[in-house]
Amino acid sequence: MKPKAKSPIFWPLAGLVALVLLNAVHDLGFLKITLLDGHLYGVPVDILTQGSRTMLVALGMTLVIATGGVDLSVGSVVAIAGAVCAVLLQGGHSLAVTLAAAIGTGLLAGSANGLLVARLGVQPIVATLILMVAGRGVAQLIVDGQVIIIKSPSFEFLANGFLLGVPFAPLLVIALYAATHFALRRTALGLFIEAVGDNETASRFAGLAAARIKALAYIFCGACAGLAGVLAAANIRAADAYRAGENMELDAIFAVVVGGTALTGGRFVILGTAIGALLIQTLTTTMYNLGVPPAIAPVPKALLIIGVSLLQSEKVGRWLGGLWPKKEAA
Amino acid sequence: MNTPALLELRGIGKKFPGVVALAGVDFTVRAGEIHALLGENGAGKSTLIKVLTGVYSADAGELRLAGRVIRPAAPKDAERLGISTVYQEVNLVPSLSVAENITLGRQPGRLGFLNWRAFRRRAAAALARLEVKCDVDAELGSLSVAMQQMVAIARALDTSARLLVLDEPTASLDEKEVAELFGIMRKLRAEGMGIVFVTHFLDQVYAVSDRLTVLRNGQLVGEYATADLSRLALVGKMLGREVSAADFTSHAAAPAVTTQPVLAARGLSRRGAIAPVDLALQPGEVVGLGGLLGSGRTETARLLFGIDVRDAGEISVKGAPVRITSPRDAVRLGLAFCSEDRKGEGILPNLSVRENLIFALQGKRGVLRALSRGEQEQLCEHYIKALRIKTADAETPIKNLSGGNQQKVLLARWLATQPAVIILDEPTRGIDIGAKQEIEQLIAKLRSDGLAVLFISSEIDEVVRNCSRVLVLRERRLTGEIAGAGLNSENLMHLMAGTHEAQS
Amino acid sequence: MTKSSSISSRQLPLIVTAVIFAALFGTAAHFYEGFFSARVFISLLSENAFLGIAAVGMTLVIFSGGIDLSVGAVIGFTSIFTATLIERHQVAPGLAWMLGLAAGAGLGAGMGALIHFFRLPPFLITLAGMFLARGAGFWISTDSIGIGHELYGKISGYEWVFGTVVVPANALFLLAVMLAGWGVAHHTRFGRTLLAVGGNEQSALLMGLPIGPAKIGVYTVNGLCAALAGIVATLYTGSGNPSMGLGLELDAIAIVVMGGTLLSGGRGHMLGTLLGVLIFGTIQAAILFDGRLSSWWMRIVVGALLLVFILLQRLFLRRKRS
Repeated sequence: MKPKAKSPIFWPLAGLVALVLLNAVHDLGFLKITLLDGHLYGVPVDILTQGSRTMLVALGMTLVIATGGVDLSVGSVVAIAGAVCAVLLQGGHSLAVTLAAAIGTGLLAGSANGLLVARLGVQPIVATLILMVAGRGVAQLIVDGQVIIIKSPSFEFLANGFLLGVPFAPLLVIALYAATHFALRRTALGLFIEAVGDNETASRFAGLAAARIKALAYIFCGACAGLAGVLAAANIRAADAYRAGENMELDAIFAVVVGGTALTGGRFVILGTAIGALLIQTLTTTMYNLGVPPAIAPVPKALLIIGVSLLQSEKVGRWLGGLWPKKEAA
Repeated sequence: MNTPALLELRGIGKKFPGVVALAGVDFTVRAGEIHALLGENGAGKSTLIKVLTGVYSADAGELRLAGRVIRPAAPKDAERLGISTVYQEVNLVPSLSVAENITLGRQPGRLGFLNWRAFRRRAAAALARLEVKCDVDAELGSLSVAMQQMVAIARALDTSARLLVLDEPTASLDEKEVAELFGIMRKLRAEGMGIVFVTHFLDQVYAVSDRLTVLRNGQLVGEYATADLSRLALVGKMLGREVSAADFTSHAAAPAVTTQPVLAARGLSRRGAIAPVDLALQPGEVVGLGGLLGSGRTETARLLFGIDVRDAGEISVKGAPVRITSPRDAVRLGLAFCSEDRKGEGILPNLSVRENLIFALQGKRGVLRALSRGEQEQLCEHYIKALRIKTADAETPIKNLSGGNQQKVLLARWLATQPAVIILDEPTRGIDIGAKQEIEQLIAKLRSDGLAVLFISSEIDEVVRNCSRVLVLRERRLTGEIAGAGLNSENLMHLMAGTHEAQS
Repeated sequence: MTKSSSISSRQLPLIVTAVIFAALFGTAAHFYEGFFSARVFISLLSENAFLGIAAVGMTLVIFSGGIDLSVGAVIGFTSIFTATLIERHQVAPGLAWMLGLAAGAGLGAGMGALIHFFRLPPFLITLAGMFLARGAGFWISTDSIGIGHELYGKISGYEWVFGTVVVPANALFLLAVMLAGWGVAHHTRFGRTLLAVGGNEQSALLMGLPIGPAKIGVYTVNGLCAALAGIVATLYTGSGNPSMGLGLELDAIAIVVMGGTLLSGGRGHMLGTLLGVLIFGTIQAAILFDGRLSSWWMRIVVGALLLVFILLQRLFLRRKRS
């Protein structure tokens, strides 16, 4: 990457650093990472591990939002995928089959959303609301309303294991981020997604199959949610159809917006999304460290998102532009 | 004519960032007259209307209504003063009833509660005044466009309107509906109302208007009694070409040998857009699609490029019949299309010049065969230099470029796909003189390189200068073709104005 | 352009909703003994009283082309807020309710102002509103608080008796709010302005309608409705609970859509929302009557109905355009 005058990840990164520093001032132990039994431990490691699921869902959400849409169904898809895993593992199926089925579930869900949005022209919020409502019911149906305990060490490894001392889940997610980045930037897919989000009509008139690109974004988002469902189930060693993926869509959307991708579509910032997801996870951890009851942790998140979206709005941009006439220009 | 002026606009000026939309325009409408407001794209008609109706406020000049100075700051103000407007696109709410659409915002009632019976009655009365039969409880969206237009007029008349502005009300009406509308306009004129009538159809101007005002490039060309101005003279004024002026003859050479047409269409048509049209383009030929705005020029281009679905007709490329149902098909067959709506249908505003420039080529190659960064930069370098695109660098977002440079990037976007045919719809609109000349030079070069160009423009001289043959459309049908020695601006204007039969 | 066609095009969604309700209710009555009774019918309303009240506000918001995801959280907040005031601070119930309503309306007005002035997407802002309200509720108390005030027993015990038919206070509240909502939606300038804004904001602007007041007003009214639903919920359960109304916004939206209101705004009827509540209640009651079906079928069936309605709406709009 070439250094630019104003990098889109500057603000999210600054926010993350500020939050980490705030924590470090409060308690220096926050930054401490220890090596125990050859495994890394410490708050930053926890944040990475716990934040990995949001990061994953937010990765898919980034592409959907870049096309100018949104996917509200990811939380439900997480629950369904977890339920599928639990039932298959209980039935004695192999890990490979289980993983394929979970990700397949996500692909299927994403295809349904993509069909409604891209082919039938239903508004994204409306289209994905259907699966958001029905999906959790489907998840509960699959596990018959039970919380199914998963006893598979190899499955649990996915979320809680360590590879060469480093927790596996964040490694996996970071690898997926890298792979996605290359898949988007080494092919023309990234350009096409940004073009569709920026001006769909112009993209179509230039000969692009805009509907296909849009559908693809939803399918990818579904797959990410499916895999996040695997991680969520592996993390608690159980499929909890009621709680798994709860509010996940919100965290993912927040991560994307905080990360610098505009809700109106167009340019996306994958690295920004990762930072945004970590920022949100750090915020949650901070609340916990400060002894704030977990139930009211949503409040600062809400304020953060209002603040960020205000900063991104044109009107405020104009006000600020008026306050600080371009000093650092040229 | 000693009727007092109902509306007087004096020295109206309006600037937008980078554009002077109106400069010192005078406009007078008398009570009891139908006054046509004419001009081509960018003439300033819609800006003038918006100043009049309070959507914009003028930077200079003054408005007087019945002698009193007025300053409408919002559509509501204008309405209260007695200026009512029916916009081009029916600006009503299709999901509400006819009665509501007529009375919305001024429903009778007390304490915010509505008296449905009273406002149904009021709506019915407004429709009855127009002698229109229509169920006031019907959902507006279930009515024909013509009927919706009538409802919009009824709404405009519901307030005690003294001046009625009809902004291209006939754009989507058929002949019978237009006749009905004219009946209503004459009736209102007889009642002493002043009517401003914006239209592109010259027949209609002569059928119904008493006087007319012509604008061009934001300036007043003149005000005339309709009966005193010939059609040809009118077209000349709209296009900024006096008939008496020295005539251009085309200097664009026809292709030397007639080979197989690279693009041909037979019986291409779409209801409400264009009547069946035949055309054929030879390699190395620039063919003009002439006609006034709304004559079906853009519609024809959209059908050729697969943007709109044609009702009938066949298209062949290099002699072979082809299936074009989307722009994607068209691009793959070697067609290219520069839309007249650069902002809405052309640029990807937030993406860089580089991304905009390589976009169509990349689209043609597909997702996987991505152009390397080096190839992209090479293309950009080539075209930025060849077309003299003024930009800080290739990474600047295209929205930061001037209109002319944006247009050049879009041209480069299509040239990069190495098309056999390029359709240019108003490629020089809204760009400065220098860029215009450069684009014309480019067209000449494309021709000598063996491309077929379909050229659409409102600038009559531009058409004559660049084309070796011109197909003329009028009121959504192909009405003639001129080529060779006969191709000069006078003949072209006659065809566009529909006065060629009389002349010959 | 005949009278009959205009009626069918305007009322079609309402008719479809009514037919679906009749079919569902009829099927349930066929399979389950004792389903076809006034008692069950009234329970459809009384069991869903606070959901229905929230749906009234949601209908108005959706009319305007917006959406409000904060209603469930506002219900939870109001419930714990009023309960705490009454039980812990000995505030008179009437005053506590007023404060609760004011808080709900205030949050709504704030969200509406952000949405209107800064052109921010309603779903994002109301999501933030949801987090705020839910967080504030839990901040007051993480546990539920029982309300022992005698007025509560009196009100929740109140019922109308017509012969053998008993209508509990809950159902009466719902019907009263429905009636008020119907009045606002169909007989005030505010209501019609909302539909115009949702139908075509540009047109509404050119027609000189007060768009800003309408948009901010509708989120305010919806906040008020949600707070009222929270109060009714505390009356119903006799306690305040910060987690009350979790996920209720989805049910409320589903009810509005099943009532034939277009989710993209501009078209709909309050009567449809009443029918939507009845459909929702019927599915719920049928699942309860069956005894073998688990509660999650509720979500699946509601989701399926949502899909059907949204596809019908698409079809309807498409046919119209051609």
